[in-house]
Amino acid sequence: MEIPTVFFLILRRLRNPLIFLVCMYAIAVFGMTLIPGVDDQGQPWRMDFFHAFYFVSFMGSTIGFGEIPYPFTNEQRLWVLVCIYISVFAWLYAIGTALAMAQDPAFRYAVTQNSFARNVRRIVEPFFLVCGYGDTGHLLVQGLVERGLRAVVLDRNQDRINNLKLANLDIFVPGLLADSADPANLITAGLQHRRCIGVVALTDNDHVNLKIAITSKLLNPDLRVICRSEIHDFGINMESFGTDEIVNPFDLFADRLAMALHSPATYIIHHWLTSAPGSPLTEPLFPPRGQWVLCGYGRFGKAVQQYLSFEGVEATIIEADPAKTNAPADAILGRGTEAVTLRQAGIEQAVGVVAGTDDDANNLSVIMTAKELNPQLFTVARQNRQENQAIFEAADLNLVMERSDIIARSVITLITNPLLAEFLRAIDTEDDENAANVLASRISGLVGQNVPLSWTVETTKAASPALAVQLFQGASVTVNQIMTDPSDRDQSLPCIPLLLKHSGENQLLPDRETTLAHGDRILFCGHRTAARRMTATVVNHNTLAYVTGRQPVDGLTGWLRARSADTAKT
Amino acid sequence: MNLEKVIFAFFIMLALTLNFGFFIGEIDNPAHHHAYELFAAIVVSVIATIMKFGDRSQLGAVLVASSLVADLQLIAAALLWGAAVNTLDGGLSATAMASIVSLSGGALVANIVSVILLVTETVMSQR
Repeated sequence: MEIPTVFFLILRRLRNPLIFLVCMYAIAVFGMTLIPGVDDQGQPWRMDFFHAFYFVSFMGSTIGFGEIPYPFTNEQRLWVLVCIYISVFAWLYAIGTALAMAQDPAFRYAVTQNSFARNVRRIVEPFFLVCGYGDTGHLLVQGLVERGLRAVVLDRNQDRINNLKLANLDIFVPGLLADSADPANLITAGLQHRRCIGVVALTDNDHVNLKIAITSKLLNPDLRVICRSEIHDFGINMESFGTDEIVNPFDLFADRLAMALHSPATYIIHHWLTSAPGSPLTEPLFPPRGQWVLCGYGRFGKAVQQYLSFEGVEATIIEADPAKTNAPADAILGRGTEAVTLRQAGIEQAVGVVAGTDDDANNLSVIMTAKELNPQLFTVARQNRQENQAIFEAADLNLVMERSDIIARSVITLITNPLLAEFLRAIDTEDDENAANVLASRISGLVGQNVPLSWTVETTKAASPALAVQLFQGASVTVNQIMTDPSDRDQSLPCIPLLLKHSGENQLLPDRETTLAHGDRILFCGHRTAARRMTATVVNHNTLAYVTGRQPVDGLTGWLRARSADTAKT
Repeated sequence: MNLEKVIFAFFIMLALTLNFGFFIGEIDNPAHHHAYELFAAIVVSVIATIMKFGDRSQLGAVLVASSLVADLQLIAAALLWGAAVNTLDGGLSATAMASIVSLSGGALVANIVSVILLVTETVMSQR
């Protein structure tokens, strides 16, 4: 193991006080042996090294057992007097230096870094390396922990690392104050650890994210790398060397908002399936069609407008600085927080308002004013900062779009269940509102009023040994069969097959009678118990034999059967 | 010329010479081995060890190790001396003296190794 440089520096700084201490002891002992004394009989006596060292030891540490073994002469006392003062000074010097070093920020950082590195080395479960612990990073880590996954955090801001320590997560998440752009820090955080399965670069600096992505791809090419990128050029650059996923917060956010307005059912399926399993299902929304008012035409506003016009929704834009933001000519000048501007934008006739500026107070003010003018409005607000959660909840809005929440959901889905991400993308492209409505009602009936678990079954030998063997032997197994309850084969497990991926082709909501082939991946959602039982089915030969109605292949039952057949023969 | 290196070389050499001075003589004859010389050897040896603290080089690490060996042997010799004079019945017997001197002989070997390492380092850096 590499010892940090700072420890050598510290030992180096300890040299002088230690040498001073040794010299002081040596001189004191030497003096004590030289100075003549008298014993209890009045005979001349000289201390030997043994007694001298004993005496100096307790004198130096100011314990002071007295004049041992015989009362001292005046010459001896004079020498002891000198020694006492030197020894106190020597000890103060040594202890003072040691304490100063313990306070040294470099030393303390080295100690923290060391314990962090040890914690990371000791991780035995698969974990994700999260760079950047802002609002998004916080939600991401929380989401990972809720799903029972481990994470390691790097951030260059002390406050955020403190937040991590205070976050009260169920699973210990090691965090270090460090610059993620430095490859050495990424390695300390477990980039080359054999259980590291992915790197998520979420810092607010695209250049740093790019550096993280390229470092990860060079040092550990097998890792999944997910990057946040706000500038398209950087996104393209990241893509060029094989970054697995690039998340553009503005695009993603506007895309979700447009989806919410255009296809509420698709949006609610997205929202449900990306929530933590077991959390309560949120109510579906039905945004009205008609004229909308959009406040703020920054990067977010532009993206929203683009998506809205693509969806065929008319929007009047209110922007405080049309020149700078390059707003269209018919944009209303103003912030939208005043009744005048809102009236000018036709708020009384509008069906909905989107408050999309980068200032939370302004957004709330827009909504409150607009509601006073037109209480029937469908209200959508952008929440920029997570700490404002409480006031946004209190404002009773129809839809709150929080950027960090949306990014965190998207990233969690991408890293924990890539097939779910594919499914969500597919229903988004499919764009069938009726089908989405049906699916939404099926999902809501699945697990009471809670979010179902999504899981993937892979028909490979490693993931599902029993199923793979059956398929290899040429047996036909249908989706319906693996959905059978292994404790009662007349019943089906409460789950929905969402997606079947067969040789690179996606089949949305596959038919239950579809036969499976080797290498297929099927995405299900349903109750936790259903997931557990299904896993049992595809892993255990006899469970699979039971649900498919075949003879047990081996094991105890097979052995007993063979044995009873033998007994019958004899 | 590096003053730090001069001082260090001085202490390493002094540790060896003092150690040798104590070691030389009939092994079991207390008259040939003086306590002050052992004391000086211990002090110098400990100082030499501390002076090599915090050296990052491979050679520095080996030097710390060999001078720690010398310290241990010399301190063991001193403890044995103290025990022989003050606690054992026989006083400073020939047997005890022989043990003390042979312990210091072990320390002498470690000190010689230190000096050889030091000379090697110097020769290497001259090239």
